[in-house]
Amino acid sequence: MSIQTLTDQLLSGHRRSLARLITYVENDHPDAAEALERLYPHTGQAHLIGITGAPGTGKSSLVNQLAQAYRRREQRVAVLAVDPTSPFSGGAILGDRIRMTELTGDPGVFIRSMASRGSLGGLARAVGDALKVLDAAGFDKILLETVGAGQSEVEIAKTAQTVIVVEAPGLGDDVQAIKAGILEIADIFVVNKADRPEAKRTAAALKMMLELGHAPAHHLLRHSLLASLDQTSPYEAAGPAWTIPVLPTVAINGQGLDEVVAAIEQHRQHLLDSGELALRDRARLIDELETTLQSELMRQVIARLPADVLAEMVARLDDRSLTPQAAAQKILAAVGLAG
Amino acid sequence: MTTNTQKIRVLVAKPGLDGHDRGAKVVARALRDAGLEVIYTGIRQTPDMIAESALQEDVDVIGLSILSGAHMALLPAVVDKLRQVGIDDVLIVAGGIIPEQDIVALKEAGVHAVFTPGTPMQSIIDFIKDNVPLNKA
Repeated sequence: MSIQTLTDQLLSGHRRSLARLITYVENDHPDAAEALERLYPHTGQAHLIGITGAPGTGKSSLVNQLAQAYRRREQRVAVLAVDPTSPFSGGAILGDRIRMTELTGDPGVFIRSMASRGSLGGLARAVGDALKVLDAAGFDKILLETVGAGQSEVEIAKTAQTVIVVEAPGLGDDVQAIKAGILEIADIFVVNKADRPEAKRTAAALKMMLELGHAPAHHLLRHSLLASLDQTSPYEAAGPAWTIPVLPTVAINGQGLDEVVAAIEQHRQHLLDSGELALRDRARLIDELETTLQSELMRQVIARLPADVLAEMVARLDDRSLTPQAAAQKILAAVGLAG
Repeated sequence: MTTNTQKIRVLVAKPGLDGHDRGAKVVARALRDAGLEVIYTGIRQTPDMIAESALQEDVDVIGLSILSGAHMALLPAVVDKLRQVGIDDVLIVAGGIIPEQDIVALKEAGVHAVFTPGTPMQSIIDFIKDNVPLNKA
């Protein structure tokens, strides 16, 4: 089937074409780049909502409830759920659908599981492109669920427009709550399993942490090399800051979900009113450009690198006569890229 | 490094009402260890749910585990639903307590292989790797 047929079918709502195109971007299919070029003008409409948190906090159950809440509001929902790839075998168990059985069969819902395939930031390399495919397919809400995240898997903050960090009671004291990393990226905190005795203490620790102040998520930009070079536009949003809510839920029975849906809508409105949406989108796109540039450069280096040069470098690393840094310089010189 | 990286994607599902999912989980784990990506959907799946999940996940293989005795009703129904949603290029394998005389009929109905208790895990892995239609790269 031609790539134009596939993308045309996707744009007219054909679900199998949608599924196949996600496979294409995930597998670096030779036609994936053309597909994305065709679909890109149709993107930018969906609200990208990220859900992250430690394993077992209830991310998938929350996604299940959120999707149902949006369906009751007659919105079309896509779910992209990432689970980890084994670093040993390269295989994966993708088990997020188990919590979402009620959604299967609803034509207004599309769920896709994705293995992280070696990415360490809580997502998979192909997530950005898969989101574009889903966005072009016309979903109103895209729920992006990360792998069970520990402390530093913050890639979601660059990818989603609204980030929900799911916490559960009993996972740590109030020192955990002031550590850097995942707790810094929340736009909304959900304390799930709120029927458990420790839940109030967890919520209190998060609220205390929030009172100490918070940097807006688009400040992640400052870590991007390209963004620091781009002086053309300001990276500060105008208007009042967003107040991060801490919301108790019991995801298995839907308790507290209306409040979460309302907070997500308020955050979306805040992003629009303050101009922060444009900032986040730009942050994401610049980041994507940087990542793509890195992997493309790597691809070109490999394509041009004579096998004997690589063998020599490896041998010299082995006998400790060359540092990895010096070897990298020699390789760049060998492919004509030495500065 | 980004090269063309196709992985075998397998949907593992339990059609029908029996809740005995230990076998399905053990097979799922073995496939994971063999480098496959396993989408595990769990128990009490209807043929409609299985077909829809297979479509959304764009899988190469569907593994059906059934211990209830209802395989002659449910497995052909799953194959029919898959055809209805336009999926005719996936490998369909089944496992469970399935009598020898039923296997011939199931294969005629479109199930490519049936693995009964005692099948070495490696046989399942080898069958999948040897027969998977990798037509998406």
